[in-house]
Amino acid sequence: MEQSGEYTVSASRERVWEALNDPEVLERCVEGCRSMTVTGEGEFEAVVAAKVGPVKATFTAAIELQDVVAPESYRLQVGVKGGAAGFAKGSAAVQLAECSRDETRLTYHIEGSIGGKLAQIGSRLVQAAARKMAASFFERFAVDIGRSQGV
Amino acid sequence: MANETGIGAAVKRKEDARFITGTGRYTDDIGAHGQTYAVFARSPHARAKLNGLDASAALATEGVVAVFTGADLQADGIGDLPCGWTVHSKDGEPMVVPAHPPIAVDKVNYVGEPYAVVIGESLEAAKNGAEALEADFEELPAVVDLASAASADQIHENVPNNQTYDWELGDKAATDAAFAQAHHVSSLEIVNNRLIPNAIEPRAALGEYDAASGLYTLHTTSQNPHLERLVLAAFVQIAPEARLRVISPDVGGGFGSKIFVYAEETAVIWAAGKLRRPVKWRAERSESFLADAHGRDHVTKAELALAEDGTFLGLRVKTLANMGAYLSTFASSVPTYLYGTLMAGQYKTPAIYVEVQSLFTNTAPVDAYRGAGRPEATYVVERIVETAAREMGIDAAELRRRNFIAPSDFPYETPVALTYDTGDYEASLAKALEHADYAGFGARKAASEAAGKKRGIGFSCYIEACGLAPSQVAISLGAGVGLFEVGEVRVDVTGSVTVVTGSHSHGQSHETTFAQIISEKLGVPFENVTVLHGDTGRSDYALGTYGSRSLAVGGSALIKAIDKIIAKGKKIAAHMLEAQEEQVDFADGTFTVADSNQSLTFPEVAFAAYVPANYPLEELEPGLSEKAFYDPPNFTYPAGAHICEVEIDPATGVVDITSFVAVDDFGHIVNPMIVEGQVHGGLAQGIGQALLEHGVYDETGQLVSGSYMDYTMPRADDLPSFTVDTTVTPCTHNPLGVKGCGEAGAIGSTAAVMNAVTNALGVASVPMPATPETVWRAAQA
Repeated sequence: MEQSGEYTVSASRERVWEALNDPEVLERCVEGCRSMTVTGEGEFEAVVAAKVGPVKATFTAAIELQDVVAPESYRLQVGVKGGAAGFAKGSAAVQLAECSRDETRLTYHIEGSIGGKLAQIGSRLVQAAARKMAASFFERFAVDIGRSQGV
Repeated sequence: MANETGIGAAVKRKEDARFITGTGRYTDDIGAHGQTYAVFARSPHARAKLNGLDASAALATEGVVAVFTGADLQADGIGDLPCGWTVHSKDGEPMVVPAHPPIAVDKVNYVGEPYAVVIGESLEAAKNGAEALEADFEELPAVVDLASAASADQIHENVPNNQTYDWELGDKAATDAAFAQAHHVSSLEIVNNRLIPNAIEPRAALGEYDAASGLYTLHTTSQNPHLERLVLAAFVQIAPEARLRVISPDVGGGFGSKIFVYAEETAVIWAAGKLRRPVKWRAERSESFLADAHGRDHVTKAELALAEDGTFLGLRVKTLANMGAYLSTFASSVPTYLYGTLMAGQYKTPAIYVEVQSLFTNTAPVDAYRGAGRPEATYVVERIVETAAREMGIDAAELRRRNFIAPSDFPYETPVALTYDTGDYEASLAKALEHADYAGFGARKAASEAAGKKRGIGFSCYIEACGLAPSQVAISLGAGVGLFEVGEVRVDVTGSVTVVTGSHSHGQSHETTFAQIISEKLGVPFENVTVLHGDTGRSDYALGTYGSRSLAVGGSALIKAIDKIIAKGKKIAAHMLEAQEEQVDFADGTFTVADSNQSLTFPEVAFAAYVPANYPLEELEPGLSEKAFYDPPNFTYPAGAHICEVEIDPATGVVDITSFVAVDDFGHIVNPMIVEGQVHGGLAQGIGQALLEHGVYDETGQLVSGSYMDYTMPRADDLPSFTVDTTVTPCTHNPLGVKGCGEAGAIGSTAAVMNAVTNALGVASVPMPATPETVWRAAQA
């Protein structure tokens, strides 16, 4: 599975970078996120309740930041375990570009694969589910970052 | 003399009353006191090492009774699931068999393979427990593509090139010589798509252990309870056969997928003994998709050599067959002895050579599915014959006629190991052509063209080898079991009759047809006959139902038992009527003394047998109950002609089957209504394969057609109103003259549909399933 997207966030690139590296911000912005904990240098573990079509489960994601070029880009290496619901794995390349002083364009490109029940009955739903999750994340992220800036 | 419930009558099915009122009794309807529930943890990976399994959270889950792993079963001496048919390679070596533990021990080889079973006080508890298991998988690259599987990563340590065998049949030199003299050679590459069986009732099991007697009882959805018991006793080592009873109650469809011995019932019956509590399991539909044995999945190259006048000179076939990850119970026999042996079809092709390489991939095991090998063979033969007809400009029906084995040629020995006993292929084709109005096809095609549509017609003159099987032939070819059948006729004191058969009904209607035979032969009212089956505690060892064998083999055993009943009845009647035994005749339920008005009814004789007042006890045992085993001397050879006509909308690629004609020769028919129903069901599955059904794994070995959202089952509106008719050449070697009808629809129809689709589009081939997208793309070319 591959997917790309682009969002414009009303905040400086440094501010967006900072927020993207803040587990508390991420916990607030990922829909269904139960916890987001730092497990090491550039490593997080997220517990997320999510639904892909008829597959509903609590997924545990191990996230590792790689190729970090602050405040421009990084790659998230993600391994997701969903128990009986199956698994997902892949990477997301994230780039931040300065549009103006208070505006940052974020682009991402996801490559990944899914397995188990997710693939068995969710294969053709997973693209839409990923897109929906991304949209929800950036919607919340925009609000969150605005609030923290006092907008 | 018309017996309204006898042989040949369209008696309504006894079984239907309970099935349509919801009073059938399936495995999942049966419960036991103190029952627990099993849930299987299944691999999400196509291929991985299982480096560890942490069950602590699962065991701590409320209501979880136990968690068992593959290692637990092994430690308890539980053996592998065996493959019951040893096929030998060209070099004479037996097939290479990988270990097949019921529950994975340290590696998994297909998505859905069980790696643990969680037993709970409730289904929910067991599910929660399974959810809490933490398995440490180390993923390995999966082997998915059949065509390249021989050169891919080796899946099993002891199986080089992922090949279980490289088999051949026929005379290679003679076939090569035939091709050397050919006027024309047609060749075709064919993929026979993987199918997922989808019986309406998912597999299920209830295991019970009685500590007092040491007896195990397994209720399960098996087409073959005695084989299940034999394997669980002799190979898996649950308990000796005498302490193990297997019962298959009402079973909702099998299509082959319920012949086999699977991991789940094995684990359930073992766990019941271990826990000393009943254990219940029923597959969810998602599990059925993953873990029922799949069907078909071949890649084949076929070549047909012809003389200038269209006479077939030789046929050469090279097939790769997908076994999936392990050898299922009869997997090895399906693409060999049930496939290569059918390559003569209905034709006098003098030289045939077939090679089959069976390979492992990281997919669900593949085994027999309705027709089992014979649909694949028919698809090869009938597609290549049709291709040759088109290439040589000979009418497709005419080319077949020129090559048919004629009625005068029987018994006919084919170059691929079978001897056909009888048939009249010309007769079934002629009748089918008439029903299909072949003469009017040109006008219909012109009318379709005028409306912007493409119309095509396709034939399939199939043959199958059924009535499995002559035991010594099967055993000499590698079968690990005999293939006879048992029939028992227990006459009750008042003259009603209980029949016990070792064959099994999971849709075939034994309770009706076997009662018709009793009604016909013994004159007992149809409603006074009860047919019991599916219970190792009731019938002697026999071999269940598949391969259209129930009537041809099981019915023949029943006839032998009936003959014994009549012979004994005559002795009793002779004594009672003070006549010589030779003077007593039996007909229409009455024993009469020749040239006299003295007679006794069947119930009067039965009563005398059990209340032996006037009875020759010094010469004859009391009672009237007889049993017979029947081992068929040959296979039966149902055959027929299917003609499919389609109209295709080139704008959408939608294939509309405008007519489908099936004229089949099943020999004598006991119940024409049931036969028609069997043909309808078979046609639906054959047409389903051609147009709709496809089991698809992605390149990582994930099953992406694993639900009804993505796996298309045929529905009523996908199918035309069939025209079904029969011709009759009675089987020459069984007492009923029957051949079997269960698989014919699925065997013949697929090729007819694809011949029609390719004819309409004017292309050499279209891959199956011919979905609108596939057909639309082909129409653009």
